[in-house]
Amino acid sequence: MIDKFVDSAAQALSSIESGSTIMVGGFGTAGIPNELIDGLLGVLIDLDIRELTLINNNAGNADKGLAALLKTERVKKIICSYPRQSDSYVFDSLYKAGKIELELVPQGNLAERIRAAGAGVGAFFTPTGYGTELAKHPDGSPKETREINGRMYVLEYPLHADFALIKAYKGDRWGNLIYRKSARNFGPIMAMAARCTVASVYERVELGDLDPESIVTPGIFVNKLVCVPEPSHSEP
Amino acid sequence: MSYQTRSKDALAARIAQDIPNGAYVNLGIGMPVLVANHLPAESEVCLHSENGILGMGPFPPKGEEDYDLINAGKQAVTLRPGGAFFHHADSFAMMRAGHLDICVLGAFQVSVSGDLANWHTGLPQDIPAVGGAMDLAIGAKQTWVMMDLLTKSGQSKVVQECAYPLTGLKCVKRIYTDHATFECSNEGLWVIDRVEGLSLTELESITGLQLRDKI
Repeated sequence: MIDKFVDSAAQALSSIESGSTIMVGGFGTAGIPNELIDGLLGVLIDLDIRELTLINNNAGNADKGLAALLKTERVKKIICSYPRQSDSYVFDSLYKAGKIELELVPQGNLAERIRAAGAGVGAFFTPTGYGTELAKHPDGSPKETREINGRMYVLEYPLHADFALIKAYKGDRWGNLIYRKSARNFGPIMAMAARCTVASVYERVELGDLDPESIVTPGIFVNKLVCVPEPSHSEP
Repeated sequence: MSYQTRSKDALAARIAQDIPNGAYVNLGIGMPVLVANHLPAESEVCLHSENGILGMGPFPPKGEEDYDLINAGKQAVTLRPGGAFFHHADSFAMMRAGHLDICVLGAFQVSVSGDLANWHTGLPQDIPAVGGAMDLAIGAKQTWVMMDLLTKSGQSKVVQECAYPLTGLKCVKRIYTDHATFECSNEGLWVIDRVEGLSLTELESITGLQLRDKI
């Protein structure tokens, strides 16, 4: 019998090691797996884990969640599209102090690099970013480019992860998932790109309860599930 | 002769007038979102949001916000009947592969040939952030810019060559401003409308550019 549900985020993340790469889903308020991030924070401190690479669209807000994680200075690098926000002061001060490395990636390239990892694609040519500063490697050298049918493209490589932390709406014990509204965002592609995907769900349902025509992430992409009942969707 | 520039709302209305019924459109964060207020109620322009929404509707009434349903600017929105949700890779495929008809963006500068600069000041103290700007700029069938023509200190934001870091090369088709509307082309910059009382010569002197009149 397959049952991927575990009791806590800490249990789901107990095999994490220093130097791991971790994807975290979410965009704005939607789809951030807050309980998993809090669980990760506990595991990092308990097991003294350091030197993590984080992949997320943003770089944390205020003092909670990802920002609290960054504040522990256990993240050496973040790969994201939009770190600067009105309340991203934790990241801002770490970045300005040279305590965190930033790889800035256009959002669509970020999504496609994650998708490519999950789809087994070795690399891909994209028109996004051609001729800009983001068509350079972090060391300033130019990325490979190619003209294809009269248009210029940049070569981009996949982004793999050891763990993906994502938030879904409902899940069954096989790991089949559906999401809620725009909280879907990076969830389905991150689930495919990580060696171990941990999903939080508002609701645990029985096998067969999810309409097979409507399952968004099939269970093969999900390794562990944690049920986190949500009292309300109306809090920012 | 004296002239009055267009208000932000008048500019938004001017842009809305050029969006055909049935078009798939992405409105960038900031001024471009105002365009939605001027689409005719009966129109079926389908709004796209980069975080995985097609058929995005207006803001919900106060107290009915659902923060699992937000726009790219992280504000709570609604979904129109017929709307759909999808993941980020699909959302950006809609841009990159030219499925979207029109995208309206703000800008720091646009060059005569349609180069766009809108993501980074390039100043060392400013932390860079790009979001979906580069994907939007080069993806839609047509990229339009909505902005004031002049900076606060009176310099033209339509320029021969952009001084800021570029978002995309030769990607802007039209520039809608409070003074005039321009069309970028290989032959140069065409003026397709200008506010009443503003002559082509005056516009050339404000921008410091040679312009072609299409009016």
